[in-house]
Amino acid sequence: MQLITTMLLDGLSYASYLFIVSVGLTIIFGVMKILNVAHGAFYAWGAYAAAYAIGLAADNDWPDWSGFVLIFVAAILVGIVLGTIIERLILRKMYHEEEVLIVLATFGIFLILEDVILLVFGVNPYFAYQPMALLGSVKMGGIIRDVYSLTLFGLAILVAFGCWYGLNRTKWGKLLSVVIFDREISLAMGINVQMVYLVTFILGATLGALGGAYIAPTISVAPGFGIDVIVLSFAVVVIGGMGSIPGALIGSLMVGILRAIAVHKFPEFELFVVFGVMAAVLMIRPEGLFAPEKARRI
Amino acid sequence: MVSMAWNDKTIRWAIIGFALLAAAGWLLPTWILNNVMFGLARGLAVLGLLVLWRTGLVSFGHALYFGLGAYAVALLEKYGGVTDVFLKFGAAIIVAGVFGFLLGFVLRNYRAIFFAMLSLAFSMVLYGVLVKMEVLGSTDGFSVTQNTILGWKPDGKYPLFCFIVLTCVIALSAVQLYLKSALGHLTTAIRDNELRVEYLGYSVARAIHVKYLASACLAGAAGGAMAMALGQVDPDSMVNWTVSGELVFITIMSGAGSVVAPFIGAIVFEFIRTYAFELAPQAWQLIVGGTLLAIIFFLPGGIWSLLEKPWAKGEADNG
Repeated sequence: MQLITTMLLDGLSYASYLFIVSVGLTIIFGVMKILNVAHGAFYAWGAYAAAYAIGLAADNDWPDWSGFVLIFVAAILVGIVLGTIIERLILRKMYHEEEVLIVLATFGIFLILEDVILLVFGVNPYFAYQPMALLGSVKMGGIIRDVYSLTLFGLAILVAFGCWYGLNRTKWGKLLSVVIFDREISLAMGINVQMVYLVTFILGATLGALGGAYIAPTISVAPGFGIDVIVLSFAVVVIGGMGSIPGALIGSLMVGILRAIAVHKFPEFELFVVFGVMAAVLMIRPEGLFAPEKARRI
Repeated sequence: MVSMAWNDKTIRWAIIGFALLAAAGWLLPTWILNNVMFGLARGLAVLGLLVLWRTGLVSFGHALYFGLGAYAVALLEKYGGVTDVFLKFGAAIIVAGVFGFLLGFVLRNYRAIFFAMLSLAFSMVLYGVLVKMEVLGSTDGFSVTQNTILGWKPDGKYPLFCFIVLTCVIALSAVQLYLKSALGHLTTAIRDNELRVEYLGYSVARAIHVKYLASACLAGAAGGAMAMALGQVDPDSMVNWTVSGELVFITIMSGAGSVVAPFIGAIVFEFIRTYAFELAPQAWQLIVGGTLLAIIFFLPGGIWSLLEKPWAKGEADNG
């Protein structure tokens, strides 16, 4: 019983984390049809920026709770700065190219950003444990859990609700749906598609950075840790259906819980499970389990 | 067959060029020899990707076959005690070929981003297995140190270099002849209009399966050659998705204009990486990534498009 609770909690917190990272990826894909490899770099930048800011705050004797504010500030800053630079300078010139070529360009961007991190933050790992230490731990069903990773659920639910509300209940969300449905017609109708793309990309980048920033207090932020995240979030997005927000939710729950079971029961299969499911979904339902309906063009 | 090969202008020049390269290898300092050797080995895999790319398919998972080839070599040496270069190399191709043949049944039905993603998933499955299995070397991998050629144990890497050069020439000629055959001419046709090819009475799925198998064997050969040249296999430098990304990168950098291009591109890549690493150990990825973006923006035809113009105009029908 205890094992099941542990697996469930582990799985859920891992799923929440995966969801926050992958929802940005899926939004960018859904609107812009770009499979963004650089997403892993946004994640890493978010983590570095947050860890750096929290460390700085601790050195200057800011109260510990300021860390929570800094996490969000760091993520938004990273999203706006990197998102704007990349969309404006590189991607905007590539929308007419083949999908695969754009993927490769984002791979190039990823490589560049990975090294810029090293140049800016150095090679030594960063620790930003203050927010986690502040919340302490709690006993649940006989298991001690740190409260911080429980707040991850809350954040994931908040992000999910925010995305749903933003897409379905705001004017901006309607604009987005129109652009997804037909880019050319929306252009003809006077929608500023370039602006929609830019904002979408910034939003996606911010979410990627937020995933990294929020996870930063629980790990040591060291070079190269964005690499694994990319393929994991690819798996999540592919399983759920590329471009679908509920899909990203289901995908991350599946991956999170399967991985938790594997880690506790069959540690050899930790990665195998994730990518095995990804391959299986692609073979059975290539569009993913929750792919949005596609309009057929005539 | 041989005269047919010799009559082909590209193959003739390639044979002459590679023969000169093999001869020059005798004089080259070790570090250059190593770089050229790594480049040639990787070039084999890029040649495989070129075959797919001409059909409009890009695989983000060819590290699967690269890794299978490399691990076939390493495991055969570790557990089978086999040191012969020909045997190990053959095993690399066969293992990759068998997997390529089987997975080909699935992958031949996929196109564009789905093809890329499914290839990626398969390659990451292998990565996941290798990283977690102690028997298969886990994250450390194995070393491959014993290379003998028909019982003879050479010192230095020059004989292995010649072996790899020879392999490259054979592979390149075979691919060139294939692309000139009826089945090979379907390559571009499928990219342009699949439906029409079907109407002409050809099976697109089967044509793609053949290409996929060929590219898998080439990537396996590349992995095998790389394992022997490098003397070491491990999951992160042989099977992880970044390896697949690198291979696709070199394909774009080389250009699809000729079967020689992959080797030129791969050697150039090897030198860019070495120099970038020398100049700025902490920023070599930055240089490599910058090169990639520069190629995509300013040289969409790849390096080959630079060589093509002053050279043979008459071969434009290959592209």
